[in-house]
Amino acid sequence: MPKASSGLLSRSLAVYFKDLRLELRTKSGLNAIMMFGVTTLAVVSFALGQSGLSPKVLSALFWIIMFFSAMSGLAQTFIREEETGTSLILNLTAEPNSIYIGKLLFNLTLLITMTTIITPMFFVFTDASTDNILPFLVVLGLGVFGLVAATTLVAAIISKASVKGALFAVVSFPILMVLLMVLVGATEKIFDNESLSAVSSELQFLIAYVVVMTTISLLLFKFVWRE
Amino acid sequence: MWYKLVLFVLMSIMIYFSFALPAPQQQIGESSRIFYYHIPQAWICVIAFAMSMFYSIMYLRKKEIKYDDKAAIAAKLGFIFCVLATVTGAMFAKVTWGMYWNWDPRQTSIFILLLIYGAYFALRGAIEVEEKKAALSAVYSIFAFVTVPFLIFIVPRMVPSLHPNDSIISEDLKFNIEGAISLVFFSALALFTVVYIWLFNIGVRVQLLMRKQLEEEDF
Repeated sequence: MPKASSGLLSRSLAVYFKDLRLELRTKSGLNAIMMFGVTTLAVVSFALGQSGLSPKVLSALFWIIMFFSAMSGLAQTFIREEETGTSLILNLTAEPNSIYIGKLLFNLTLLITMTTIITPMFFVFTDASTDNILPFLVVLGLGVFGLVAATTLVAAIISKASVKGALFAVVSFPILMVLLMVLVGATEKIFDNESLSAVSSELQFLIAYVVVMTTISLLLFKFVWRE
Repeated sequence: MWYKLVLFVLMSIMIYFSFALPAPQQQIGESSRIFYYHIPQAWICVIAFAMSMFYSIMYLRKKEIKYDDKAAIAAKLGFIFCVLATVTGAMFAKVTWGMYWNWDPRQTSIFILLLIYGAYFALRGAIEVEEKKAALSAVYSIFAFVTVPFLIFIVPRMVPSLHPNDSIISEDLKFNIEGAISLVFFSALALFTVVYIWLFNIGVRVQLLMRKQLEEEDF
């Protein structure tokens, strides 16, 4: 752990690397999130197959897979602190802001890793295609940021409750629904081979959403963490 | 006591005129009378939600349990009015659009409001310790409220495919209300607000009595 006098970034990174090291020891979070993604993808693929799905259906399926995979793993990092009883010690050694940023980066790493593996598989299994690789990656990247920005605070709340697993999806969904609606719309346009300028208002929304959710989470996190 | 009597008399008069006057929107016809009831309900739903968030902020600042009680009661009442607004809205949609539900942006936003309330109660139910429950649900209520502007102002302008019947809704907002119709409408708004405040006060008193009873049992 760096000294308290060092900058916010280095303290956040200390929390991040601690979580990353823990994750690499067991890989429990990544395994859960990966297997969930693969399972959902398999169900989608053998139920619907390569039957020439429309862009609308494809984009909806893609974000359903992303949503449920995210729900299966993103609460892990906080739940682990509670279960192993380390949250008190973390509380003594780091202040809430750096814990939040560290956890946010960790969840981001987890979801990006999952996405880089699941997305090519999705294209293979459902025979989806698009000429707009770059716009797709931009929307995908902002979508991943949005999912993580909105669920990290909820994960912290959930880790203090008694029935954690089911509650995480239930409590996150109302907050994520706006995001998912916009993401499904934007991805549909991209699968329809429209250019980046066609989704510019969606991109503006996504950036605003990420910024607003991260800021409000930073403001509120200390109230959750001190409980 | 007296204001309840006044409320009773005025409410009766309001209900009478809501049916006695000509329909507020001639184009839509008789079914547009529902707007005397539907809009005040949706209004209370938003007011209650805002109040719940206000008391949540107060709780986080002051850490007094009475603010948490008030936030929870406001949310409970907001949920009831939200259900009423959804049902009356769906009835109106069936009559004018032929479908109870078609994911019009306003239906989407009220649906998400219902989900937020539902999640709020699910969260409260899952936390045992009182202070913990108060702080965490307060944080959630503030966090969820932040998404509402996205829902109401931004998304409807972005996803045109989601609201094929936009013309009716925007006409709804620009209802040509004047004279007697606007008088009945605004008194309905005011009367429903008084009903809400009354219910809210009853809720606070009940909660207070329950706390007293719990304290006495402890001794």
